[in-house]
Amino acid sequence: MKSWRKTWTKMILSLSKDPVKIVREQDVILFRNRVKEMAVKIKMGLVNQTRLITAASELVRNMLRYADGGNCLIEVVSRGRDNGIRLTFTDQGPGIADIDLAMKDGYSTGKSLGLGLPGTKRLVNEFNIKSKVGEGTVVTIIKWANG
Amino acid sequence: MDRIPILRMGSFLLVTIQVDLYDRLALTLEADLVQMVNKTNAKGVLIDISAVSIVDSFMGRIIGNIASMSKILDAETVVVGMQPAVAITLIELGLPLKGVHTALDVEKGMNLLKSMIDEVVEEDLDEDDSVSE
Amino acid sequence: MKTLSIFRRKTLIVKFIQDRNLAYQFTMSLNSYKLLQNKKKNILEKWMNNQLSDEGLREDLISNEELRYQSEELIDALVSNLSGESFSDLMSEEWNSVIEILSGISITRARQGFSPRETGNFVFTLKEALLNVLQEEIGEDSKLLFEESMKITRLMDNLSVITFETFIKGREEVILRQTDEITEISTPVIRVWDGILALPIIGTLDSARTQVVMENLLQEIVDTGSSIAILDISGVPAVDSLVAQHLIKTVSATRLMGAECIISGIRPEIAQTVVHLGIDLSNIITKASLASALAYAFKTMRLEVRKINSVQK
Repeated sequence: MKSWRKTWTKMILSLSKDPVKIVREQDVILFRNRVKEMAVKIKMGLVNQTRLITAASELVRNMLRYADGGNCLIEVVSRGRDNGIRLTFTDQGPGIADIDLAMKDGYSTGKSLGLGLPGTKRLVNEFNIKSKVGEGTVVTIIKWANG
Repeated sequence: MDRIPILRMGSFLLVTIQVDLYDRLALTLEADLVQMVNKTNAKGVLIDISAVSIVDSFMGRIIGNIASMSKILDAETVVVGMQPAVAITLIELGLPLKGVHTALDVEKGMNLLKSMIDEVVEEDLDEDDSVSE
Repeated sequence: MKTLSIFRRKTLIVKFIQDRNLAYQFTMSLNSYKLLQNKKKNILEKWMNNQLSDEGLREDLISNEELRYQSEELIDALVSNLSGESFSDLMSEEWNSVIEILSGISITRARQGFSPRETGNFVFTLKEALLNVLQEEIGEDSKLLFEESMKITRLMDNLSVITFETFIKGREEVILRQTDEITEISTPVIRVWDGILALPIIGTLDSARTQVVMENLLQEIVDTGSSIAILDISGVPAVDSLVAQHLIKTVSATRLMGAECIISGIRPEIAQTVVHLGIDLSNIITKASLASALAYAFKTMRLEVRKINSVQK
């Protein structure tokens, strides 16, 4: 194989994009169904589907609780032979002051169990969070079909 | 508004969750169930979640709440029929549902409830009889 | 989060290729290129001779006819698909067929069990043949010979790198397939009694295998309605904190479903390491042997195994 081809296959390509707006709690179920549809389409196993949807559910709830909603982007992505789902959650909420602290097990500012972020991270293959106080938070997760 | 029906079976209450719960529905169920335990003086609550494909931390908290509240009202809670994928996900999420009894299906859950209630009664009457080798 | 559009990515890739091309840009003089084209037969003969006289020739793995066929195919592609300009440019379209053939040969050889040296020799002997022909044709002009030889060397070195890359890829595929097979066959769930499952684990327990073990076990619990599962780890060589974590995870998930999970087959060394590592297994029912786990299971299910009184005649 040509060496640039190898580099190319390691890159994550987005195959389809599907933006969903989250403003009410009923949107959560709708959003979950949409994610499930996509996961089934790329032949993700049942357990991984459940992990992905549960992680998505946690993040959407966070968005509703702390930022009164936001936007989600559902993407089918591929990296070489792997297919996966990438979810990007963008909100214009208060932001997180100390991300390291928020990623610790047992920490929570809300009245939840405090396992949202670290628990969610354990369920997916890639987890990325960026936040600016006063501007909002962006969380990106990827779950590979065979991950 | 939608409501999850609660069935009364003798001194037990049976709830079968057939749909994906959104938050308000779950909170309503929590309130209804506690009311019902109080009204019927139930000794046990069976929650069948075999048709539920996703349990996130919110839903886990509701189940935990129901168990703790029922316990205060002197009723045991058994969650039955959890899907394997849901069990694995809950453990990885870090939510082992402490304090909630579990069983494979409604029948086994019912037996578990009966044995728990029997134990309480037995303990009151005679303590030597239960162990034999 | 900035997301690159597909279009932007493609332009990036094109730019990347162009940059790479610059490094490879060197044009072979039209003469030498034509010369190689004319001497195709000659090169093939020399190459075959080189290959057949090589000590590492694997006649057990590949017949001479097949070897000749493969060599001819590669030379044909090498010579006929090339235009003078693209000769030095490995990134151009013309090279695709050559690279494809070479990769194909390399991958098959990896699967057939050739060693890397034997596979590499396929290209190295061709290089030798090419240089031989070059020398025969332009032997007088040593400056030209050196220049052309350098070009051939560089080209063939690139091709051998490709050969090795694909060879390794072929091997990796073999390994991956075997790993999958091992994971599949090494996690049988056994029904030892009505309502009691046993799962003997043999080999190292990593996260991927725990996943399979856990999923199989939980599914089987649902399918059979078993309320007790015995996880036997006598075949697990070592238990470190990660393995222990996996075991605890499996036990917790089993409990969430409403079944009990017993871990059996704990050897004394394992008990020692577990305690030394400070792993807390106190919430888990552990037994030394599968037999005692089974006895425990019988007891919780209120079953009894008894010896029958001697049969009366």
